Amino acid sequence: MDIPYTVEERSDTGLFNAKLGIWLFLASEVMLFGGLFSAYIFLRFGAPDGAFHEWGQELNIPLATLNTLILISSSVTMVMSWASLKLQDIKKYKLYMGLTLLCALGFLVIKYLEYTAKFDHHIFPSTNTFFAIYFTLTGLHGLHIIGGMIVLFYLWIPGRKMWLSNSEQFTNRVEIVGLYWHFVDLVWIFLFPILYLL
Amino acid sequence: MSTNHDTKDIQQHIKVYMIVFATLAALTVATVAASYLDLSRGEAIFLALTIASVKGSLVASYFMHLISEKALITWILMLTAVFFFILMFIPMTSFIDQSRLG
Repeated sequence: MDIPYTVEERSDTGLFNAKLGIWLFLASEVMLFGGLFSAYIFLRFGAPDGAFHEWGQELNIPLATLNTLILISSSVTMVMSWASLKLQDIKKYKLYMGLTLLCALGFLVIKYLEYTAKFDHHIFPSTNTFFAIYFTLTGLHGLHIIGGMIVLFYLWIPGRKMWLSNSEQFTNRVEIVGLYWHFVDLVWIFLFPILYLL
Repeated sequence: MSTNHDTKDIQQHIKVYMIVFATLAALTVATVAASYLDLSRGEAIFLALTIASVKGSLVASYFMHLISEKALITWILMLTAVFFFILMFIPMTSFIDQSRLG
C-alpha cells in the first residue's frame, strides 16, 4: 500500500503530511534550543557583572563572521536546489545541493579550528559558565549540521533516483530537508551575536 | 511538468532569494560593526537582538516560505512562540527569589 499524502494535500490540513510533520518537529526544536537559550540567560545574569562579555573576548569574531556568511550562503544554495527541481533542472539541483554540502563542510571545518584553538589554550566547558554554555550550544548546533549533512548527502546522490520515478515527491523531500536546514541557519543567526558579540 | 506560469513564479522567487541573501550578508556585517560601537550593554544587546530578529524573520518568511504558508502552520508557530517566551522568562523567577531573600 502506498503512503498517503506524500504529494497531494490533505483536505483538513491543506498540507502534504511531511510538511506538517517537519513543522511540528521544528516546533519541538525551538523548545530544545529555547531551553538552552533560557539557561544562557540564567547563567549570564548569575555571573559577575560584565564577566560573560569578558570571557567571550576569547572567541574569534572574524572566523565566526565568516562561518555566519557560509551558513547564510548554504541556505541560499539549499533553496536554489529546490527551485531548480521546480524548474525541472536536475543538473542545477545537483550543483546547488553539492554547494550546500560544501558550505556545511566548510562551516564544520571552521568550527573544528575554533574548538582546537580553545583546547590549545586550555579552555574547556569546565573553564567557566560562559564556555560551558558556549560548547553546549555550538556543540548541539554542530550535531544538527552533521545530521542535516547526512540527509542532504542522501538526497544529493543515492536518494536522487526517486526523481525519475516520482519527481513531485522528490521535490517535496528536498523542500522538507530545506526547512530543517533553514532552521539550523536561523538558530545560528541568534547564536552568533549572543555568544560572540555581546 | 511545470507550466509557464509556475516557471515565471519560481524565477520571480529566485530574484527575491538573491535580494534576501544580499540583505542577510549586509546585516551580518552591520551586526559585527555595531558591536564595535561605544554603546551601553543594554543598547548593544537591544541592537544585536533586533538585527538578529530581522535576519531570522527574513529566513523564515522567504527561504522557509512562511509568508505564503497555510494558516495551520502559522497557528502552530504562534503557540510555539508563546511557550518559547515563557521559557525565556523562567530565569527571571530566580532573580525575584533572590531579591525576596535579600
